[in-house]
Amino acid sequence: MAHDSSDPIGHHGNSEMVASATSESRMARYVLIGLALCFVGLFVLMPLAAVFTEAMRNGAGEFLTVLGDPETFAAIRLTLLVAVIAVPLNLVFGVAAAWAIAKFEFKGKAFLTTLIDLPFSVSPVISGLVFILLFGSHSLLGPWLQSHGIQILFAVPGIVLATVFVTFPFVARELIPLMQEQGTSDEEAALSLGASGWQTFWYVTLPNIKWGLLYGVLLCNARAMGEFGAVSVVSGHIRGLTNTMPLQVEILYNEYNFVAAFAVATLLALLALVTLVLKSLLEMKFSEQIAASRRH
Amino acid sequence: MEVRVQNIHKEFGRFPALDDVSLDIRSGELIALLGPSGSGKTTLLRLVAGLETPTDGTIYFGDEDASRKTVQQRNIGFVFQHYALFRHMTVLDNISFGLKIRPASRRPTSTDIKRRAMELIDLVQLSGLEKRYPAQLSGGQRQRVALARAMAVEPNVLLLDEPFGALDAQVRKELRRWLREIHDRTGHTTIFVTHDQEEALELADRVVVMSKGKIEQVGTPDEIYDTPVSPFVFGFIGQSNILSVRVESGQLWIEDRSIGVSAAGEPDGPAQLYFRPHDIELLEDCGGCIAGIVTASRRVAGTRHVELDIGATQGKVEIELPPEKTATDRSRIAFRPTRWKLFRS
Repeated sequence: MAHDSSDPIGHHGNSEMVASATSESRMARYVLIGLALCFVGLFVLMPLAAVFTEAMRNGAGEFLTVLGDPETFAAIRLTLLVAVIAVPLNLVFGVAAAWAIAKFEFKGKAFLTTLIDLPFSVSPVISGLVFILLFGSHSLLGPWLQSHGIQILFAVPGIVLATVFVTFPFVARELIPLMQEQGTSDEEAALSLGASGWQTFWYVTLPNIKWGLLYGVLLCNARAMGEFGAVSVVSGHIRGLTNTMPLQVEILYNEYNFVAAFAVATLLALLALVTLVLKSLLEMKFSEQIAASRRH
Repeated sequence: MEVRVQNIHKEFGRFPALDDVSLDIRSGELIALLGPSGSGKTTLLRLVAGLETPTDGTIYFGDEDASRKTVQQRNIGFVFQHYALFRHMTVLDNISFGLKIRPASRRPTSTDIKRRAMELIDLVQLSGLEKRYPAQLSGGQRQRVALARAMAVEPNVLLLDEPFGALDAQVRKELRRWLREIHDRTGHTTIFVTHDQEEALELADRVVVMSKGKIEQVGTPDEIYDTPVSPFVFGFIGQSNILSVRVESGQLWIEDRSIGVSAAGEPDGPAQLYFRPHDIELLEDCGGCIAGIVTASRRVAGTRHVELDIGATQGKVEIELPPEKTATDRSRIAFRPTRWKLFRS
């Protein structure tokens, strides 16, 4: 803080110089801003508006009836169920992985870091196919599962597995740089004061990472609810049973039931908007915290 | 509590950080581990704390073998270079942390915890700031919170890793004096790590000089400064000049000139002469002296630092003179070391 106030004049003069050296002519600025606005309008705002207007085409009454349809309702319920299982799992996995990578030195660390990114780099369809290869009837595990009456593919467990796989990196990716930056001395301080490993995690590590963690969970949740490719491969599209919201949108659309398709789509779009708002709020909060930890 | 370090080895991978280090620390002593970076001083401190485990060797707290205990069981107080305060807790909560997390059987009542924490806040002169968060404190204040937090658990030994390293010179000096006072009042056995020789000499009862994973010398600040046992200690502990000399018939010679210093009892042969810039006397006429041409002269506070060129083979030496003594460029000055040490390679 002292640094900020120590030399306001010098700093100000400096930034002014930089600004004048890099500023564009008025014309160029308007053209650039205009281009960006057109692009955002064309590719983001218009489609979003279209989703909402299509859904409301026949009035709010029909919008609500469509959402009350048992199959659609089942899809919403399944999506929520999958998120409720997948997000906490990835929260635990993500914290554990980030903890291991950020606070310990071990062989194969770089490899593990790369592996965590795998779900990001691989096509979601492949992620789904992996589970077909693992648990399908022609796989090694398939016959055993069948003889024990365990249904994984084309059922909720398969959908959860595929979702967990696809959303695995979100929490870990968010936490690794944060935890690396914070280092281990806070934990060492807690241990030296007599805290157990669990107390150290609960009272020191977790509060230090909570905003980053929340941010990761939010992104993870948005993806878990919106995932299409991987889930589509393993779900089997059984109406009212294994269709999640994105799959339901596709089915309704293919049946030319546009109002219903767009109505479900609005829910997903709303989820995206809520996520964005929360994300911006968290970023404000989060950046303050990062700044505080830097000052610290 | 006395701490005994016996034949400690520590390797990081293949890199030896400490090589057969033994050290006895008396109860209630304030001891400094002094050395350049990479000398192993912080590693030694972390080994005593239990934050690292030795590759070989034993550490005793009193008569107990502490090296098999975890950091929690050793009951130490550790102050980190960058404080490591819990940033989401207030000053009061930071200081009470070590007591609050104890199992119920050993935990004082919450009123006792609060009273103890407030006493410590008073001791470290932070009264009125107990509700502040670390980000709202200055560097010096944070360091005092860190010290109070470490003392709250009644540690067997207090360990400080470069406690003043991140502070500016003024605050550092103040805190140094203050730490000495606190130590005298509370009597904790205290080990602190520093690379600043002035800090070590001013603050510590005894100084341990380390280099390259070994202890070079252990002694009181006076012993370390006045009778360094190795060229490294001599050079590290303060300013020094090094000249190649020859001992012959009880006299020191530079090339074919006697420098007027008697070295009775020293065996003949080549040696390195070490002396400090202020341990010299000026000579009017040179019947055995070191003479040189002034190449630079600057006044630093209460002394004048003069750089002399004493000939191509020896290079330059620096001497310190009273400020009223003028030393114009290119003038000639003759002097003789009054306190010096010979080392042979």
